[in-house]
Amino acid sequence: MTRFSGFGLVKHALQHQENWQRMWRNPKPKSYYDFIVVGGGGHGLATAYYLAKTHQKSNIAVLEKGWLGGGNTGRNTTIVRSNYLWDEAAHLYEHAMKLWEGLSQDLNYNVMFSQRGVMNMGHTLQDMRDINRRVNANRLNGIDGEVLDAKQCQEIVPIMDCSGSTRYPVLGASWQPRAGVARHDAVAWGYARGADQHGVDIIQQCEVDDILVEDGVAVGVNTKQHGIIKAGRIGCVPAGHSGVLAKMAGFELPVESHPLQAFVSEPIKPILDTVVMSNAVHGYMSQSDKGDLVIGAGIDGYVGYGQRGSYPVIEHTAQAILELFPIVSRVHMNRQWGGIVDTTPDACPILSATPIENLFFNCGWGTGGFKATPGSGHVFADLLAKGKPNKLAKAFSMFRFHDGALIDEHGAAGVAH
Amino acid sequence: MFLIYCPHCEEQREEDEFHASGQAHLARPADPDACSDKEWGEFLYFRKNPRGLHRELWQHTAGCRKYFNIARDTVTYEIHGSYKVGETYEPTFQSHTSEQPGSEQRDFKHHGSEQPSDDTAS
Ligand SMILES: Cc1cc2nc3c(=O)[nH]c(=O)nc-3n(C[C@H](O)[C@H](O)[C@H](O)COP(=O)(O)OP(=O)(O)OC[C@H]3O[C@@H](n4cnc5c(N)ncnc54)[C@H](O)[C@@H]3O)c2cc1C
Ligand SMILES: [Zn+2]
Repeated sequence: MTRFSGFGLVKHALQHQENWQRMWRNPKPKSYYDFIVVGGGGHGLATAYYLAKTHQKSNIAVLEKGWLGGGNTGRNTTIVRSNYLWDEAAHLYEHAMKLWEGLSQDLNYNVMFSQRGVMNMGHTLQDMRDINRRVNANRLNGIDGEVLDAKQCQEIVPIMDCSGSTRYPVLGASWQPRAGVARHDAVAWGYARGADQHGVDIIQQCEVDDILVEDGVAVGVNTKQHGIIKAGRIGCVPAGHSGVLAKMAGFELPVESHPLQAFVSEPIKPILDTVVMSNAVHGYMSQSDKGDLVIGAGIDGYVGYGQRGSYPVIEHTAQAILELFPIVSRVHMNRQWGGIVDTTPDACPILSATPIENLFFNCGWGTGGFKATPGSGHVFADLLAKGKPNKLAKAFSMFRFHDGALIDEHGAAGVAH
Repeated sequence: MFLIYCPHCEEQREEDEFHASGQAHLARPADPDACSDKEWGEFLYFRKNPRGLHRELWQHTAGCRKYFNIARDTVTYEIHGSYKVGETYEPTFQSHTSEQPGSEQRDFKHHGSEQPSDDTAS
């Protein structure tokens, strides 16, 4: 496998881009793997990559029912930040942030990680108190953060209505300069290419429809396309379909699947060079390198597996965006889509052993897991390789919902997820 | 946009008027003092998450403000029927995805705090 480089770009340009190598093989599945990762989104591919690279494991497969990154990885709005309130969450997301900072080099693949800063707006006195508390907590954890007043917000984002005469006036914000966005597809492709280089078999169009359990021990999976594939250890990373996979193994997860949607506008000239999020008016926006405004908001309140969102949420989001950015009132929306997100009661993920031996789950990232992709894969690979959770993973066991040790990032942080 | 029949108002109204309140038929444990941590945890946090027919509690927030149940398919989003709390309802036609095994009524009451409807993404 050749390395990508600036020189290579020139060489391939001169050859009319006709001789690029395939980025990964398309192997037939073997009958047995030491490790099977179910789900070829960013998290699953990162898991396989670190299993092979960091833990020097071999005989690994990733089974993906559709195409790589076709789930939430390819549908999300790519905000990356680590300014979570509670220590356990802050450490996990900051671990991911540190990996993001070297990811393009590590993968030899440009994931277009752009640390353009993320602003979480405050519109009420209570918002501002929560923001102060969270920024203080972040700084104590070594995570960058500042509290901005309305004037400073206006300087960073000239197009935002900070006049104070709106229904929900901008009073200030938390600001994480190291936060930003990345290119979602590139993250999946970069990890896939890296995993493949380390010998991982990536098998697309391979849907797991049963998990084989003998005497409380998982021994393999049944797939629609290739029948039974046996395994030493199985790691499920199926995002919105976590509940479906857990059911195959005979237990339930404290997870509910909800539709979450986003939209992008027609491309326009650069007007926004950071990310603005608001929990109070309930919307967020950034601008892609192509010039489209990337807009998102909240989930539909009901359980749903349809990859589309409801109309009331579209209307609500448009209202929120116009409240903050009246300037975009005439911009046309080009596309709208939905993903299925796996939400937990405390808005924190599950990185965990399960009631079934040799079966592990990495899920519950809900509306905000893209930012964690490298960290999630890194920590889950460790869990799969060693069979027990490391310091970062420990707090994220699914059994915290039995013993009550929740990590309530919901209201407590006052942060959008 | 869902069109939801409110069995109290006896009218079909748009989704905007309603609020989804999670899984239906959750009853608070009859003898709370006798519950183990695990049982409490399951009552508070573990919900059915079926890909297929689901029973949900909805509230007619912008109407009569009363609660009622609906039977709805979480894949096709087809609403099979609405019924009042305390009533039973059997869908009369076949769902494309059948009712999940184990979706028998679980005797736990819904707890408000984990309602995820206020989440903003990312
Ligand atoms: C609209 C939207 C906006 C979002 N915005 C942000 C954001 O700005 N920032 C942020 O941090 N997060 C965001 N998120 C959340 C983020 O996208 C997810 O948390 C994250 O992508 C989950 O990663 P994943 O790899 O686990 O999921 P996925 O990419 O969904 O991967 C799961 C994979 O498992 C496969 N699978 C499922 N069942 C099976 C089976 N039975 N057999 C084989 N394969 C199976 C699926 O096909 C899928 O490819 C957003 C999500 C959505 C939907
Ligand atoms: Zn009514």
